[in-house]
Amino acid sequence: MKVQATDWLLLSPELFLTAAGMILLASSVFVGKAKEELFGFLSVLMLGITGVLLVFVSTMPERAHGPILGGMFVVDNFALFFKFLVLLAMVLTVLASVRFVGEAPYPGGEYYALVVFSGVGMFFMASGSNLISIYVALELMALASYVLAGYFKGEIKSTEAALKYFILGAFSSAVLLYGLSLVYGLGGKMGLADLARLYTGTQRTNAIALGILMILAGLLFKIAAVPFHLWTPDVYEGSPTPVTAFFSVGPKVAAYAIFARIFYVAFPKFQADWGLIVALVAAATMIWGNLAALLQTNVKRMFAYSSIAHAGYALLGVLGFQTKFGMWGVLVYLLAYTLMNFGAFALIIFLEAKGYAAESVSDFDGLAKRNMPAAVVMLLFLLSLAGIPPTAGFIGKYYLFTAAMDAGYAWLAIIAVLASAVSLFYYFRIAAAMFFTDGVSAKIPVSYALTAAVIICAVGTLVIGVAPESVLDVLHRCVPSKY
Amino acid sequence: MGAAEAAGSALLTGVAGWLFVGFALLILGTAIAVVWSKNPVHSALFLLASFLLVACVFILEEAEFVGAVQILVYAGGIMVLFLFVIMLVHQRTAAGTPAFQHQWDIALLLLPVFLIPFLYILGTEKFTDIARNPDAFRAVAGRVIGNTEAVSWLMFRDYLLPFEVASVFLLVAMIGAVVLGKRSFEKVD
Repeated sequence: MKVQATDWLLLSPELFLTAAGMILLASSVFVGKAKEELFGFLSVLMLGITGVLLVFVSTMPERAHGPILGGMFVVDNFALFFKFLVLLAMVLTVLASVRFVGEAPYPGGEYYALVVFSGVGMFFMASGSNLISIYVALELMALASYVLAGYFKGEIKSTEAALKYFILGAFSSAVLLYGLSLVYGLGGKMGLADLARLYTGTQRTNAIALGILMILAGLLFKIAAVPFHLWTPDVYEGSPTPVTAFFSVGPKVAAYAIFARIFYVAFPKFQADWGLIVALVAAATMIWGNLAALLQTNVKRMFAYSSIAHAGYALLGVLGFQTKFGMWGVLVYLLAYTLMNFGAFALIIFLEAKGYAAESVSDFDGLAKRNMPAAVVMLLFLLSLAGIPPTAGFIGKYYLFTAAMDAGYAWLAIIAVLASAVSLFYYFRIAAAMFFTDGVSAKIPVSYALTAAVIICAVGTLVIGVAPESVLDVLHRCVPSKY
Repeated sequence: MGAAEAAGSALLTGVAGWLFVGFALLILGTAIAVVWSKNPVHSALFLLASFLLVACVFILEEAEFVGAVQILVYAGGIMVLFLFVIMLVHQRTAAGTPAFQHQWDIALLLLPVFLIPFLYILGTEKFTDIARNPDAFRAVAGRVIGNTEAVSWLMFRDYLLPFEVASVFLLVAMIGAVVLGKRSFEKVD
């Protein structure tokens, strides 16, 4: 392996982001609790510079040469899309955290540093082209997430969330790792492209199928698909709400990146083996996620189940990866999902001002009277989550359902449509509470950072919904190539 | 275990093969004992035995460097930490609780459901015959040097990126431990 000078340039966003995490950590020595919002602005600044570096990297012609650093790291359009998406999730998380973490009696510097380090892991996941580099990056992301879940350690629920997340995360990593070791032990290869060359379809044995099955189980744990979803409601409920918002988009999106890449690049010939399993899991995820969400009264739990259901929709695209809309649909949907789901969580955080909890659906009572713009924007996110035009969620679902039809999973597309119809009920419970119920009339303090996050999400959700052409064109170029 | 035996028969023959099977069974036994024993000190000692036996397997497979690291880091460093924790946390708190939670009967039912296909698949798998290369763990680019050198070439050259990401991982682990372990945040400032 020879390291070229341009390799370091290709790595520059990751290198800068790692440095940013350390700078945030070091600056917490100088910044006291009173001036804590400085960390938020510093983080946004650093993430902005990372974004500029990503744009710079996207213009480098050296990207086309395939994986660098001994086949560990690839900067294709697919990786860049996920990096931009993760960056967006991080910026939104930081904006949503400024007031929330500032009001809590916990230090801010380490919080933002952990968000950034988790993002470093996601960046490396998006670019991983070798099972080892993917796994190490996954663990980096997960470890930072476990700590973030338990960051409000004075609250017993936060500690419980961290413990559950850690134990189940470690267990699923062990399953994943066993699968990886089987695949490596049978073929002696770790690179995804090498694996694709090794398994062209004729050497199918039970043992390799077992290895792939265990990788599949480990990854389905990470994206919280039924029946591997049991940790999700408790972790989402117990974690600090901005962290929950981050979990619902960041780690999920990154897990989808490696899920899609591993199965699209390394094991496409085994679709006969994993196709039916993924189809059944997708069906169970959509049905159970939406039905269980109906029964929830706690808003965070409801959105936990809702995010489980959304993970099920996106699986349709993975199933139809050989059709035109398959991978494309996954990318469109993940972008739409990030914007609309984070937007909904941002409004829960907005309501969760000092001395006021947005725990149950009734906490949304009469929001329209207290703050009309907030209620209207929340309605937009709910419509988008339910998949009603003209919103981003509709475009995403349209692509995914088409992909499932094209791939011959018509029954799955029908289940998906029915499941979406069920989701209308619980999304509109919140809408009805906001517009048709009287609630307390206390004024909600406005945080500018949080407002900015909501505006980003709302504009994105609307623009993709109303004028999707330009975004769709860009995303079509991000469908992974089989380097 | 089928996997262990199959791998043993493919890679190791004669005395070494039997030694491998013996070590593998002992590792399994000590690992089960870690979970089974109610006294945390006993658990820790069984864990130590398990670590040392894994090191034996590594050395048997002529991967001396990993074997030495296994003893130094796991049997040495990590075990000391475990013992510290056991001493700090009141030891008897775990003694009264049952070793297994109430789900043990379901687990017992599910065990054969997973174990039998595993054993069957890995036991009947025809592993490709890899030509026995005694220098496999010692050669770099055709030149035979030593196991430690070969590992370092791999780690700092071919697997440089995951190695560096792992260093960030350890930093995050340290930050996380301090953040979660620090006694009170109210006294910040």
